[in-house]
Amino acid sequence: MTDLVVLAAEVNPSIPRADFSDTPVWLSLVKALMIFVYLLLSVLLVIWFERRIIGRMQQRPGPNRNGPFGLLQTLADGMKSMLKEDVRPKAADAFIFTIAPLIFATMAFVGFAIIPFGGDVMMFGHRTPLQLTDLPVAALLVLAVAGVAAYGIVLAGWSSGSTYPLLGGLRATAQLISYEIAMGLAIVAVFLYAGSMSTSQIVHAQQDMWFIIPACVSFVVYVITMVGETNRLPVDLAEGEGEIVGGYFTEYSGMRFAMFFLGEYINMFTVSALATTLFLGGPAAPPGIAAIGDGMFNGGWWGVLWVTLKLWMFMFFFVWLRGSLPRTRYDQFMKFGWKFLIPVTLVWVIAVAFMRAARPEVGFFGSGVVSLGGLEISIASLIVIGFIAAIVLGGTWLWETRTEQQTKAAEAAAAIPGEVDPFAGGHPVPPLPGQRLVESPRGRGGATALAEAPARRDGTDSTHDSTTSSDKEQHRG
Amino acid sequence: MNPYIPLGILLALGFGFALLSVGTSLVVGPARANVAKAQAYECGIQPTPQAPEGGRFPVKYYLTAMLFVIFDIEALFLYPFAVAFDQLGLFTLMAVVLFLLNSFFVADAYVWRRGGFEWD
Repeated sequence: MTDLVVLAAEVNPSIPRADFSDTPVWLSLVKALMIFVYLLLSVLLVIWFERRIIGRMQQRPGPNRNGPFGLLQTLADGMKSMLKEDVRPKAADAFIFTIAPLIFATMAFVGFAIIPFGGDVMMFGHRTPLQLTDLPVAALLVLAVAGVAAYGIVLAGWSSGSTYPLLGGLRATAQLISYEIAMGLAIVAVFLYAGSMSTSQIVHAQQDMWFIIPACVSFVVYVITMVGETNRLPVDLAEGEGEIVGGYFTEYSGMRFAMFFLGEYINMFTVSALATTLFLGGPAAPPGIAAIGDGMFNGGWWGVLWVTLKLWMFMFFFVWLRGSLPRTRYDQFMKFGWKFLIPVTLVWVIAVAFMRAARPEVGFFGSGVVSLGGLEISIASLIVIGFIAAIVLGGTWLWETRTEQQTKAAEAAAAIPGEVDPFAGGHPVPPLPGQRLVESPRGRGGATALAEAPARRDGTDSTHDSTTSSDKEQHRG
Repeated sequence: MNPYIPLGILLALGFGFALLSVGTSLVVGPARANVAKAQAYECGIQPTPQAPEGGRFPVKYYLTAMLFVIFDIEALFLYPFAVAFDQLGLFTLMAVVLFLLNSFFVADAYVWRRGGFEWD
């Protein structure tokens, strides 16, 4: 690891890193305790927050009995799960069944160590940054920890000795690893801009402009993948209660279940905190407020406030998604990740690399200038513009081909004759091959999907007419 | 101070908390075992018999895992490239673009055409 430290120091000495030279170990312990308490309090609050907001969205009050506004509801739930029996099925693997929730909950805490909460402050006579620790590979640490947390899920599913948890565990693993690639690729653009993976350096590199603007595509991809990584609705396929009861934690009860619950919510905070650090300037004050009084609200302890605000913005987004979107289908979700997010992010990363290469202070493409019709244009910008134009053209071509295919398929589906009235015989019957249901004005999407199956038999179209009409007659007869 | 020490501290705190809560619940909570509780939960029907090692599961998950290994390792090569970008120069940029074209887009297109990205 020392090699990496040396490398990072050599690569970008110009950007200042958080300075931990005046931080003794006991102060680190104090800071770790602060983060720990911060996370626990946040989770207590966010569960209440989520239930209240979802309640509002569904036009009911939500929890409002325990404490003011029901604020103590989560605490009560925690106490209740502590007093519940801890059931373990006979078929479960005792040891792994026990440690899986521990792994999951423990790993959830660790990611927060590298999140910068503010600038340097005085704490017990020592000058120390409001960040537990910083590594040259800090942003990767969050991904690594998330990878270990996935073990908690897959081991829980495997060790339960039951059908639904096994399915849930497998699904969760497939989902996590699929979206981890897109997530890892999305943040490469940030590293390109910042020239570093250390979180304090990334935050420092955003002094002039938050990376959400130059790395907008990365931000969108990251937000999508972070919902997938935390197993939240609308993509909580690993626990989809409509299909596999509770997924990997079906067999868990009492406090062990609560550990999964806790871990999930802390994970939400961790991915949001990483998004805040990488794209939203971390502890920096929002642009308008940062200008007040020569940056008096921008630094020191104020950072905690801004980080917290940005985190809760993401929390609201999570809840909002849950309140408004239905669960996706498993295959749709996986296809979206592999066929859309990963290629798009890759192209984006290359585009960012080209844009970075064309900067005059780096000048990979030289400083040559060509004159086009009296306009002086540098070769570097020509290359970048040409490259981006090629990508856009390629993208439109792919898109057009796809739309064309889809339109053709839709037309072919619509061209099948023989609408059948399912109630003609007195009781409802499904359409036979080659037949088509009368399209309901409300369910147009569903009807097209139904009609797609016969559309694949284009080759036998000529025979359809006769069979369909005879079918219909038989049916009516 | 080694920057990994605070990481260890937070890890220990988290593990201690998890262990303590689960342990307390084992001591405080009731323990009334019966046969039905020890069965696997399957919505009330007789549980499906399970092989001791977790039973069989669809091989397509194996495919996803292999795809992950390939693509994630390729993504990993981009990190040092991104961090040291300014020092590397045009040659490395072109090398990385070629690398991505070859092993990412070609591999992606291959798996795509062979139906590796089809789930059901």
